[in-house]
Formats: sequence, C-alpha cells, structure tokens
Amino acid sequence: MRDELLSILEKNSRIDFKELAVLLGVSEEQVLDEISKLEKENIICAYHTLINWEKTDIEKVSALIEVKVTPQRGQGFDHIAERIYNYPEVKSVYLISGGYDLLVTLEEKSLKEIAGFVSDKLSTLDSVLSTATHFILKKYKDHGTIINKTSKDEREMFTP
Amino acid sequence: MKNFLSEKVVNLKPSGIRKFFDIVSEMKDAISLGVGEPDFDTPWFIRDEGIYSLEKGRTFYTSNAGLKALRQEISNYIQRTQGIKYCPDSEIIVTVGGSEAIDIGLRAVINPGEEVVIPQPSYVSYEPCAVLADAQPVIVNLKAENEFRLQPEELLNAITDKTKVLILPYPNNPTGAIMEREDLQKIADIVKEKDLLVMSDEIYSALTYKDKHISIASLDGMRERTILINGFSKAYAMTGWRLGYACGPCDIIKQMTKIHQFAIMCAPTTSQYAAVEALKKGDEEVEKMRQSYNQRRRFLMQAFKDMGLSCFEPFGAFYVFPCIKEFNMTSEEFATKLLMEEKVAVVPGTAFGDCGEGYLRISYAYSLDSLKEAISRIERFVKRLRHSG
Repeated sequence: MRDELLSILEKNSRIDFKELAVLLGVSEEQVLDEISKLEKENIICAYHTLINWEKTDIEKVSALIEVKVTPQRGQGFDHIAERIYNYPEVKSVYLISGGYDLLVTLEEKSLKEIAGFVSDKLSTLDSVLSTATHFILKKYKDHGTIINKTSKDEREMFTP
Repeated sequence: MKNFLSEKVVNLKPSGIRKFFDIVSEMKDAISLGVGEPDFDTPWFIRDEGIYSLEKGRTFYTSNAGLKALRQEISNYIQRTQGIKYCPDSEIIVTVGGSEAIDIGLRAVINPGEEVVIPQPSYVSYEPCAVLADAQPVIVNLKAENEFRLQPEELLNAITDKTKVLILPYPNNPTGAIMEREDLQKIADIVKEKDLLVMSDEIYSALTYKDKHISIASLDGMRERTILINGFSKAYAMTGWRLGYACGPCDIIKQMTKIHQFAIMCAPTTSQYAAVEALKKGDEEVEKMRQSYNQRRRFLMQAFKDMGLSCFEPFGAFYVFPCIKEFNMTSEEFATKLLMEEKVAVVPGTAFGDCGEGYLRISYAYSLDSLKEAISRIERFVKRLRHSG
C-alpha cells in the first residue's frame, strides 16, 4: 500500500483520509498510521502547493544557477551545499554530475535581486569557483503537472 | 427497383447503445459513463515510436499476418504472462483490433447452421458476428448470484450435437466478471469432453484486480482447441490505433489469415511499429493505469454500498454492473430517466443481452473527479426514486 499511497499523495496531498482509505481498499486508521510513519521517517518531507505565479499580481523571477565549487576535505560537497541552501531565497540545491557541481534554483522579486544574490553572496563564497545564471522565461510543466493544461474529453461516441 | 439489401444484414439488430449516445452528444453538461475505452492517452513512448516509424517512411503494407517483430513480441508476451508458447510464424495473426479477430475467427471455423455458445451479458459483437458467419448463436444467460461466471451446468445445457464453438468473454464487458482457475478448469473439462473449440476474448486481460488473469488456453489440453484473442486497445490505451491479435492452432490461424488477406490485407503499419514498443517496454505504464482503474473501482463500489445499491464486486475490465431491480423499472427506463433528470449517461444492461435486464453498465474509464460528480447525481436520483416510490 505504501507505494500506491505515495503516488496518490505526490499528485494530491489534500485528499482526505476517508477517500484515501476507499481508493486503497484499506481502513482509515491504516492510512493515518502509514502517513504518520512516512512523515516520521522523513519520506514525506513536506506538502507543497504548485502555484502558477504568472496569473497573480505578484512578480517573481526564477533562475537556475550552475555552480562550480572546490569540494572540501572530509566533507565533500555537503558543507558548501549547506552554506548555499541556508539562504531563504534559494529554492533548491542539487548536486549534479557533469560539467558543474551544484544546480541552485533561486526565486526573487526581480532580476536585479537575483544578480545581487549571485554577485554578492554566491560568488564570494570561498569554495565557489564560477557560476552561470540562466533565467527562467516560462514554465510549461512543473512537478509533473502541465501548467496550462486544458483537459477535455475528446473521446467520440461510438458503438458498440 | 429491386431491394438490394441482404436480409441477413437487415435483420441484425443495431447496437442498443447508439440511441443513448445520440442524446448525450446533444446535451450540455451531461456526464457520460458510457464509453468503453480508456480515458488515458496512449503512453508517450508508444506514440513516439509511431511518429518515428512515419519519419522513417515506414508507410508500406506489412506482411499479411503482421510484422514479424510484432508477432515475436506477442509470442514473448503470451509466454511470459500465460506460459503458453505460440510460434510467431504460424500461430499468430495481427488484426485490426480484437474485433476483427472475433469476426474472422468465427468465419474461419463455422459451417452453416453450426452452433456458437455465447454467454451473456457480454460484448455486443459476438452474436452478429456469429450470425454473419452463418452460425446459430445459442445464448447462455449468466447470473449475478454466480458473479456472472459461466457455470458448468449452464454450458452443458446449451450444448447440442451441433455445438462447435464456445465464446469465453473474460474479463467481461459489461459485468467486470472474471473466471478463476477452478472455474476455467470445469469449463475446460466439458469443452474437451464435448470436443468444442473455445474463442477466448481476453482483451481486458491486463486489467484484473484480484489475481493475474489466467487464459483457458494455458490449461492442460486446451491450447489446441482455443483461439486466444487479445489486443492493445484496453491495456495500452490504444483504441484508435486499431490493433489486436489472435493466437491459436496453425490450421485455424492459416484460414483466418486467408480471410484477413483478402478483406483487410494487413493491420495498420504505424500501429504495428508502435505496438512492438508497447510490448517491449509497456509493463510499467500498464501497471500505473491498472492501479488507477482499481482506485476508481473501489471508489464506485464504496459509493454504491453507501447508496444501498446492490452490486457484485467486479474484478476485471473497467466496468461495474449495479442492479436496479428494486426500482421496478426496466434498465432502459432507468437509464433514460437518469439521463433526462440528472444528465448522467449509463448504458442499460439490456444492450448486452436480454439477461442484462435490471442492470446498468457503468464505465470507470473516467477521471475520479467526473466519477464523483456523476455519483452525487446518481445518489440524488436514487433518493428521489425511493422517496416517490
């Protein structure tokens, strides 16, 4: 049940326990129990909402920043990653294989603020060798969800 | 002017679902739970393969029996799911949907007047296809108390000295019934004793919610007396690609191929290339869809339970078949009233045989949100009926 539960929750974290129990064919208590276990084990880390900010009045600018760093003795990349992810404006930090080391996503109110973060904070960190900033122009799909999807049942009537 | 029409064809009853759909398509805000095809798009990697085959210019006929690579993959698939070995060169034919396989399968084996046993409620094509093949259809009325499984005594009662073929439609459309190993074994024993041929329509085989589907062809001594029919429409959400297949003894497949080559030539080439990919890499996607159907199935079963509407639990396909006998209306009256008053379209059980009277077919090949809305409308309707009654 765990895998199926996770795949439902990943798409819809607001579904209620009663409905989950029906869909999974188990009792409500079992669902509650499993979810609290998953939370304790930090398998479920948080419940987020995917918002299409473009449709609001709130200005947001996002950027992906490729960061090359020198790993530190004994700590590898973890220490520098922590230095970076502690900034609240940083949305995500991934360790990446290939041409650079860390992929940092950033969300700010303006282009200028992002530029400021990169030049003042990120680039000045000792182990950061170089950065390359890419601004996001448009989001088509995020977290498996197509942002502007208009779903319409296009199946035609037929017999039999 | 002379009457140019064939009496045989004129006398075929049109499918009972049609009338409803005509109304639904005109109606605003109607929710249809009537369609018998997956709501999922064909998985992208399968579509991508179809596109690729077009880019490569693979736009010619294939061999009559179908692409060699596809027949090989079908053979592998049947072996890994059912443990039956079919030779890709002589025992498999790729058809235009499972429905073509039903048609040419019957035409390949029937002599005029021979009898075909058809358990009902079942898919609407068996009877007309049998008639067109000059067979005499013999209907077996399945019962809800047996979970719509074919009972040995029901089969025995239907058999005469003219009986040649038994059609075995499981997992079943419209009831969602399945046949488990012990059910199949009893049927297989009779089939062997009475020297019959089985046409096993297993188009919903990938969609079962108890144990994995078992083909009657996998039982001892049955491979040589079974035409196994399956296809890509339901499992891979590929209805519009029109692709199915039949596996069976080489002498039967040979005759089927003869009809197929004269009437059809070959199944669509693009679809065949896509299907190779579906069989090679599709298991995970099929499982995801199956899981999704299963959730909806549980949702509907719970909803009917809450409503107090009696419904046996189906373990296959994507239909539930609730009973509405308590309302003292025919299925058609109920379905019409439901459509007019609450704008929910379901199919009367009688569309699938007279013994479907008192039942409705509800398809759950719809999103949970649509199902929820439909259920709340049905609930309101049922309450009103009970109140006024």
